[in-house]
Parts: sequence; C-alpha cells; structure tokens
Amino acid sequence: MARSGQPAPAATETDPAYLQERIDVVRRRRPGNTAAAVVLVVAAALFLYGAATNPTYGWSDFARYLFDWRVIEAARNTLLLTVFAMLGAVVIGVSLAVMRLSPNRVLQSSSWVYLWIFRGTPVYVQLVFWGLFSTIYKELRLGIPFGPTFATLSTESGLTVFHLAVIGLALNEAAYMAEIVRAGLSSVEDGQSEAATALGLSWWQTMSRIVLPQAMRVIIPPTGNEVISMLKTTSLVTAVPYSLELYTRTRDIASETFNPIPMLLVASAWYLLFTSLLMVGQFYLERHFAHGSTRARPSRRARALSRAAQKEQA
Amino acid sequence: MSSPTGAPPMLRAEQVCKEFDSLRVLKGISLEVARGEVMCLIGPSGSGKSTFLRCINHLERITSGRLYVDGEVMGYHDRGGRLHEMHPRDAAAQRRDIGMVFQRFNLFGHRTALENVVEAPLRVKGVPRADAARRAMALLDRVGLTSKADAYPAQLSGGQQQRVAIARALAMEPKLMLFDEPTSALDPELVGEVLDVMKALAQDGMTMVVVTHEMGFAREVADTVVFMDDGVVVESGEPQAVLTDPQHQRTRSFLSKVL
Ligand SMILES: Nc1ncnc2c1ncn2[C@@H]1O[C@H](COP(=O)(O)OP(=O)(O)OP(=O)(O)O)[C@@H](O)[C@H]1O
Ligand SMILES: [Mg+2]
Repeated sequence: MARSGQPAPAATETDPAYLQERIDVVRRRRPGNTAAAVVLVVAAALFLYGAATNPTYGWSDFARYLFDWRVIEAARNTLLLTVFAMLGAVVIGVSLAVMRLSPNRVLQSSSWVYLWIFRGTPVYVQLVFWGLFSTIYKELRLGIPFGPTFATLSTESGLTVFHLAVIGLALNEAAYMAEIVRAGLSSVEDGQSEAATALGLSWWQTMSRIVLPQAMRVIIPPTGNEVISMLKTTSLVTAVPYSLELYTRTRDIASETFNPIPMLLVASAWYLLFTSLLMVGQFYLERHFAHGSTRARPSRRARALSRAAQKEQA
Repeated sequence: MSSPTGAPPMLRAEQVCKEFDSLRVLKGISLEVARGEVMCLIGPSGSGKSTFLRCINHLERITSGRLYVDGEVMGYHDRGGRLHEMHPRDAAAQRRDIGMVFQRFNLFGHRTALENVVEAPLRVKGVPRADAARRAMALLDRVGLTSKADAYPAQLSGGQQQRVAIARALAMEPKLMLFDEPTSALDPELVGEVLDVMKALAQDGMTMVVVTHEMGFAREVADTVVFMDDGVVVESGEPQAVLTDPQHQRTRSFLSKVL
C-alpha cells in the first residue's frame, strides 16, 4: 500500500494494483554522508571567511594586478608556449609512434632511443641544455656534409629564448605523446587495417582515415592531461632562461610589491581559466571522435552522403 | 580448366608454400578456379585455409610457388622469370580487384554502413562523391539494407554487418571474391540471410573462393569443393563427390565431425 496514504487506484483483473502504483521506497538513511557533507561545508566556509579577512592574501593587490597588462601579456605567452609546444609534440610524437610500430628495425630502435633519452632526463635539465644551445652550436648550416653550404643560420641571432623554450618543451613532451599515440594505435583491431588494405587503400590512407580516427578515442583523454600538464610545465622555462611567462612574470612583479601571495593567486586564476577552457575543448573533441561508439546519431558528413545518395536515386 | 577463348583462369595456384618462421603452414597448394566458378574450401581448424586466402590477395607473402590472379603474379613483377618485389602502390592496385569478406566482418567502426561502402571507391578509384553514394546505396539495396544506410556497425546485427561488408567489397567491382568463414561468427538464425546474399552473387556469375563450414551451402552452390588438411589439398572435386563419397580417410573423418 502507498505509504503516503493516497488511495490506491482500483485494481482490475489484468492490472493488479502493484502494477499501477509507483514504487514508493523508504530511502535508506546515510548518516555518514550527511555528517561528512556538513563537515566539508563548514570547513570550506571557515576557509573562505579566513581568506577574505586575512590581510596577507592582499585581495586589493589581486584585483589590481589580475588584468595588469604585464600579466595579460605573460598569460598570452604561457598560452602560446603551451600551444606551440603541444603542436610540435603531437607531430613528433605521432611520427615516433609510427616509427616504433613500423617493421623497420632501424626506425624502431631510433624511436626507442629517443624515448629513453627524453623521458629519462628531467625536463628542467633539458631546458637548461636548450638555453646553452647557441653556446654549443654557433651556427646551423644547410648543405651537403663536407660539401657546399646553401644557407647558414646563426643560432645566437636566429633562435630567440622563446623558440628554444618551445623546442625544449616540445621535444620532451613528444616522448610522452609517442607512448600515448602508440597505445591508441595498438587499441585498434588489426582487422581494421587488414580490411582497408584488402580494399586497396594505401598504407597512408589506412592510417589516416581508418586507424588514427578510431585511435583518437583512446588518445584524446590522456592528451588532454598532457596539455594541462604542459600549461603548468611552461613555468619551468625560466631554466632557458625565458622569463615572460605567467609564473616568472608574476613572481617578478611580487618582488616589487613585497607580497608574493596575491601574485600567486593572480597566476593561479589565469592557469585555472586556461585549464577550464581546455577541458571544454576536450569535451567537444571527444564528442567529435565518438561516432560509431557512444553516439548513435550519424555524423553530419554521413548524413550529407546519404542525402546525396537518395537525391541521385530519385 | 582454361576457357575456350584461351583466357587464363581467374585463380591459379602452383605449389604454393607458406612458412611462418619455422612453422610450415602451406605445403604446396595447387589449384585452379575458372571464371564464374565457386570454390568452397573446407578443412579442420589450423589447416591453413585463412592463410591461403590471405596469400591470394598478398596480405601474406608466399614462401615458394606461384599465385596468379587473372593471369598476373600476385605481389611481384615477373621480369624474365625473376620475381621483383612490387611497390606497395602496385600491390594495392592488384588488391582492389579482389574483394575480401572476413569472419569478424571488420567494418570500419567509425563509419556508417553507407560510408563503409563508399570509402574505397571514393578514395582508391576517385569516383565522384555523388556517383559513389548512389552506387553504394544500390549495393545496400542488393543486400537488403537501404534502411540501415545511416547506422553505425555497432548498431547492426552480425548478419547485417556481414551483408554490409559484402556490399563494401562489391563496391570495388572485384573480379574475384574471397570469403573467410563469413558465417562462423553469426548466431544460427542469422546465417541464412548472409548465405542468401552469397548465393545470389554466385548466380550472377561472380568468381568466389569460400572458406566455410556450411556443407549445405557448399553442396548447393559450389562448383568445386577442396578439402585441405595440414597445409595440403587432400581431395577436391565436385561437391557431390567430395561431400558424399570422399575417397580419403582424413576427409571422411572430418566430414563425420562437421555433418
Ligand atoms: N601471422 C602468423 N604467424 C605465425 N603463425 C601463424 C600466423 N597466421 C597463422 N599462423 C598459423 O598457421 C596455421 C594455419 O592457420 P590458419 O588461420 O590459416 O588456419 P585455418 O585453416 O584458417 O583455421 P581456422 O579454421 O581455425 O580458421 C595455424 O597453426 C596458425 O597458428
Ligand atoms: Mg581461418
């Protein structure tokens, strides 16, 4: 019988009362959950109150410097470092992964050695090395070894610290991306590339149109992680030394104001904003590559194709 | 078995051998399939049936012997008796004339049924989009699946997936079709729909090599049945002869297990 006391609908022979009545369950009590929630809410409230009233947080400084032009410029630089380094890392990482999976032993082991070096040493150390690049190599020459030179680039003038920072970050990250891409490619059944090959698709078409798109579902989530991690790793490029990104710039400003805390908050706010934007981007990217797995609705491209087929038939 | 006009047989295997490292899987297979003929390959698991099919379209490289499809050596250029390895582009060009249907369907999971069928004509042959789409729809109609054109493989039953896979192979207008146990992964009630499509294809004159355990199909559709065991052809001939009156003990014991 309904616990709420509402009259149960009249039961017929085919529809006994229990088929018509919504199940009205007495929810099990979860006192532990409630207590934990109360403790957390109270703790959060206390922390916020403390933070708002504690003068060392320097909220007025926070507000003053959040949109300071130096900070905005530094935020832009951080974003550019992240984007360029990740683009480089993805391109090199895909190549390394494909090399690793290729039947050619030389390519396989080159890829392995690359990973061994770039994953095996701290990114900070690598960045210091890149900073010394123009000391080690005075100029880059394009030409035939022991033969004529076609072009010469002085490393001192040709490569800015920004370039070196991007290169250093990208080459390090490429090693991690290579493993992510390799896992993704291996997750696609052999039958997929076999069917493509049997149809006469070339190796490149098979990779780019059949295997990679399906590997993306496995590749994207950890890559999202890597992008976010890269955003924060850019704070290490002081090692090069490149000092115009968010963390170093705000720290430099803090040395003028003699209060590091508001500047740390400013930097954190920008990092958080970028991370949130990246998470939104990742959501849409994942949805794009979900065709055929979670989403039942055909892609726009597929619908256009079947419209074309039907139009032709009519 | 060459035709009166002197055209070469569609498939000709001469002493084909295949080894994986030290494992000898095919030990000298010789057979011929004429144009328009249906050959069923039967034999116990591990006898090398799939390997042989994969050698035909050069997914596997044979170790010795010769394989000719429509008079051409598969995977190699024959220059004055010596075989030269082919550029992958040329091997791909040979494969596009040979359709292959797999036990596990292998439909492209991120593409709808229609996109699966359209992919190769569009990318390999460069057929204009609208033409390719129209012809793909006609092929889906032929396998009875126009209503599923926009469905992804995961939304189709096994039988439907296999019919799409057949349509996908037909889209390249192959002269030879290879089937590797096309119904073995299917629930019993779905086997019929796939076999019906294959029967219709055989009636239309398609040359087919079918690895199968469906003895009813072999008896009804095949022109030749080949029994393979342990990498050799034990017995071959008309289905009636091989299936009802086998000459070899190995054939008899195999048939007594599957029938
Ligand atoms: N890529 C490979 N590397 C090594 N051995 C292989 C490879 N492919 C197949 N083999 C071996 O070759 C033998 C024949 O395999 P094949 O798949 O051709 O048999 P089959 O007749 O198709 O069997 P089934 O009826 O089970 O499909 C098996 O012993 C198998 O282990
Ligand atoms: Mg097999």
